[in-house]
Amino acid sequence: MVEYIEILGQEVYKILFLLVPILVSVAMIVWLDRRVWGLVQKRKGPNVVGPFGLLQTIADALKYIFKEIIIPASSNKTVFILAPIVTMTLALVSWAVIPMSENFVLSDINVGVLYLFAVSSLGVYGIIMGGWASNSKYPFLGAIRSAAQMVSYEVSIGIIIINVLLCVGSLNLKDIVLAQSELWYVIPLFPMFVIFFISALAETNRPPFDLPEAEAELVAGYQTEYSGMMYAMFWLGEYANILLMCAMGTILFLGGWLPIIDIYPFNLVPAPIWMILKILFLFFLFALIKAIVPRYRYDQLMRLGWKIFLPFSLIYLVLTSSFLFYFDKLPKGNF
Amino acid sequence: MLAHSIFFYFFSIIAIFSSLMVITSRNTVNSVFFLILDFISVGCLFIMVGAEFLGMIILIVYVGAVAVLFLFVVMMLNVAEQKQSWFIGKKSTHIPIGLIVSVLILLELLVVVGGWKYKDDLMSSSTLNLSNISNTHQIGLVMYTDYILFFQLAGIILLLSMIGAILLTFRQRKGVKKQSYLKQISRDPSTSIELINVENNKGVKIDD
Repeated sequence: MVEYIEILGQEVYKILFLLVPILVSVAMIVWLDRRVWGLVQKRKGPNVVGPFGLLQTIADALKYIFKEIIIPASSNKTVFILAPIVTMTLALVSWAVIPMSENFVLSDINVGVLYLFAVSSLGVYGIIMGGWASNSKYPFLGAIRSAAQMVSYEVSIGIIIINVLLCVGSLNLKDIVLAQSELWYVIPLFPMFVIFFISALAETNRPPFDLPEAEAELVAGYQTEYSGMMYAMFWLGEYANILLMCAMGTILFLGGWLPIIDIYPFNLVPAPIWMILKILFLFFLFALIKAIVPRYRYDQLMRLGWKIFLPFSLIYLVLTSSFLFYFDKLPKGNF
Repeated sequence: MLAHSIFFYFFSIIAIFSSLMVITSRNTVNSVFFLILDFISVGCLFIMVGAEFLGMIILIVYVGAVAVLFLFVVMMLNVAEQKQSWFIGKKSTHIPIGLIVSVLILLELLVVVGGWKYKDDLMSSSTLNLSNISNTHQIGLVMYTDYILFFQLAGIILLLSMIGAILLTFRQRKGVKKQSYLKQISRDPSTSIELINVENNKGVKIDD
């Protein structure tokens, strides 16, 4: 029993060692996002609190903590309180399988990709629950939009993942990265990378696909009735999800923790640093797109997902598998 | 093994409790939430048995897609009131039908469990030795060899039901204005802008 508690303590320590950096980096990327947004629009962005405004998010979080949480009288209280908790938990739980280097991973499971996909498909519930429990029209409309959007784009993300898995022959995230040691999949599967990136934007409700919270039509979508810390939890969960999508793109296409080229000055840099740099690069693209692209109309969004991305990624899947089959490059399992 | 059994009882108690709540809770949306909890804990049980692929697929397909649609339908329709009237109203035809269906399901379960008990070579395949391969590889290897016929049949049934569902909801409405993306993109100023000199106090007639 004592041994068991000791193991449990070690696990909790490991989890904290993973979670605290993620929460801090979520705060930092919120700052980065606003900063890039400001620079594109020739503003300065947040630059007052702390050096370069780095502590702006922490100041915001403090403000949220001290605000009153208002629960609407007509809402379903349990579900209303549960919704931000679900969003936040699901956003953090997926980080358990993300490998930062060959040995730096919390749990190295066989079905890592499926786990990521499953958890990200559960992310819809936070939004639907929030929208429904608010018992008000804008949150409900926002929740419906968002659920339809996320379910649609999950389909194309799934097929893109199958494309990568065909080349790797394993569902383990570590194997996926190691399979790219010769060639990153962004080169042979470049169209898939572009579609993955756009689908990730839609999946995380980022502009130009931020229809669930389109302020011109829906006030703030499913978050309209939320205030104080509960709103902040939605917000943190959203950014943790964005970071997760960047990490997923890095692992699937940009070679995870592998250096750009495996020669002298580059392979001195520790593996997690490469991983972080690649994640930041993808996030930088996310932030740029937020600043430069106008919002899609809802029917355009659905058309893009179902009529363009889905057929295209299916065709590419056929191409990839025929290529691998014809040149006899299909991964052989060790059995 | 202590931790393993603790987790097993934890998940199975949640699964049984939530499936009871699905049929007893008054609010229909809450029923669906409990159904989701049930799916999740059953998925966790699958993972604990070692069938991690099946567990994840349950999470992705049932929780991530099917239950979302359930939730949609239940939220949009006002099922809560109907559910009340089923039990209060005198002419309730739902209870006998429900009884027949549940007895049938019980019988089927008994047949399945019984057959599984008395089949020795359940874990064997005619083409492969499946003892030391990972779960996902096992399914992949067997699905396209031993069970190709059933797999393809299931695919065809799913395709047919998809086409059927689309046909049921498909209706062509007349007089709906649609935008053609091709037309929108291929417009240019020389054909779409017309400059007209307007005389004073006369105006122009623009047909639209």
